[in-house]
Amino acid sequence: MEIRLDQVSHQYDEVVVLKNICLSVPSGRITCIVGPSGCGKSTLLRFMGGLEQPTHGTLTQLGSPPDGCLNALTYIFQDFALLPWRTVEGNVGLVLEDHRLSSAQRASIIADVLARTNLSDFATALPKQLSGGMKQRVAIARALAVNPAVLLMDEPLSALDSQTRELLMDDLVSLWSRTPFTAVYVTHNLQEAVRLGHQIVVLSRRPGRIHEIVEVDQPLETRTMTDPDLQKKHDHLWGLMREEARAADAELVHG
Amino acid sequence: MAETGTTAAGAQGPRKAQSGPVVFRGGGFRPADHRGIGLLVLIMLIGVVELGTRQGWISPLTLPRPSDVFQTLVEFTQSGQLVLNLAPSISRLIIGSALGIAAGIGVGLLIGLFSVIRAGLVPVVAAIFPIPKIALLPLFVIWFGIDEGSKYALIAFGTFTPTVVATYGAVDNVDRTLIRMGQSFGLSWISIVRKIVLPGAMPGILSGLRISLAIGIILLVAAEMLGAEYGIGAYILQAGALYDLERLFAGVLILSVLGILVNAGVSLVEKRLLRWRV
Repeated sequence: MEIRLDQVSHQYDEVVVLKNICLSVPSGRITCIVGPSGCGKSTLLRFMGGLEQPTHGTLTQLGSPPDGCLNALTYIFQDFALLPWRTVEGNVGLVLEDHRLSSAQRASIIADVLARTNLSDFATALPKQLSGGMKQRVAIARALAVNPAVLLMDEPLSALDSQTRELLMDDLVSLWSRTPFTAVYVTHNLQEAVRLGHQIVVLSRRPGRIHEIVEVDQPLETRTMTDPDLQKKHDHLWGLMREEARAADAELVHG
Repeated sequence: MAETGTTAAGAQGPRKAQSGPVVFRGGGFRPADHRGIGLLVLIMLIGVVELGTRQGWISPLTLPRPSDVFQTLVEFTQSGQLVLNLAPSISRLIIGSALGIAAGIGVGLLIGLFSVIRAGLVPVVAAIFPIPKIALLPLFVIWFGIDEGSKYALIAFGTFTPTVVATYGAVDNVDRTLIRMGQSFGLSWISIVRKIVLPGAMPGILSGLRISLAIGIILLVAAEMLGAEYGIGAYILQAGALYDLERLFAGVLILSVLGILVNAGVSLVEKRLLRWRV
């Protein structure tokens, strides 16, 4: 399934956040959105997930979601958004409970996604017992449980330390390699973008416009941090963003 | 190494080299668990009163002798009067506060979930909250009769408002990202309320329950002013009318114990329901 954004603009009161965004999120590939803080990248993701509505422009989903899809547009949040009173399997089960599934089907889905995210041994643990990386794995498992057409990831690794981030990036790469999924991945971290993105959308600072779209053709599983081509892409992206980030940093926050 | 140490000290001129362990200065300002001190203070206070009344520097008119109060309590229990008075009081407390708390949680949830209801009811609750419910006794008698009805109503009314305030405050404090998560997975409204809002508000509701139940016990005595034959409140009032300080204190003691038990009960429920809390 694809998502197409046409002339999307948004403003809060007087402040224009996003201006004339035209973008197509292709099926089976990961689209990264990078930009300086406050450029509206998370807002853009919320539009795609139907959690917020832009003041102008349209978002269209093209094609039908795959068979057995329970929630076409599925989120992964920066702060995990796990229910602290439910166990790991309870958190994954939460998103299945509103659907007509037999308890055996439900249990098999839960077992399957926990196995895919290497969480089978933690099924009965409470979130408070888990590390940050484990919590985000649970959130990924929960997202996979509904068999989404598009995964919308809002800075999913930003709350984690750099080593855990590496491990989870490897996990995401291997998940994608096994069954390619469509994803929009919002981040401010350029290394994550060049590691995971097939297309990298660079937004300017507020009002956010598309600055450039960079394509990275190298297959995900062969990308390494020391690859000179990737380093070149990374430097190019940083060159694009450097001044923007500096200007955004010096801006006053609009109350 | 030792030599460089002395030269460094020498470079600083006349100041002597001061070597020694690093002084620890990070102590204090941390709540620690001191078990038994509360009990010790209580026992000491009672001991002082006992000593004072025995030696005569506290006149028996100002304070009853603790051992006499205890004696009264024992007689009260042995004569079967305790059960006779405690049973109706407890049933009034349970029925009255159950009605008030159930209605309070319901209204509090409605206020927390619907902004129209919030706009309409929050001023009403704010207006009802500070009314001393005892002042409305005659009204309750007219509305609900002189029997148990008015007693239940008084306790229910008194526990209702603090529960409402605690509940909608707790609903307001539920993590918005969790609700947003529920919406992003297409959960139905009722599922979000039942599985996210209600458990998320539970800590706040339970701590509100502590206050509501304490108010319930206070109002129990007031309710039993309404021509109750038996009841701890009635017993205290009778003793007070006769200036029988031993019986008065015995009754007050029973209420204190009731308060401690209720509090312990809420703690137990908290421990069971909120095991997930960090």
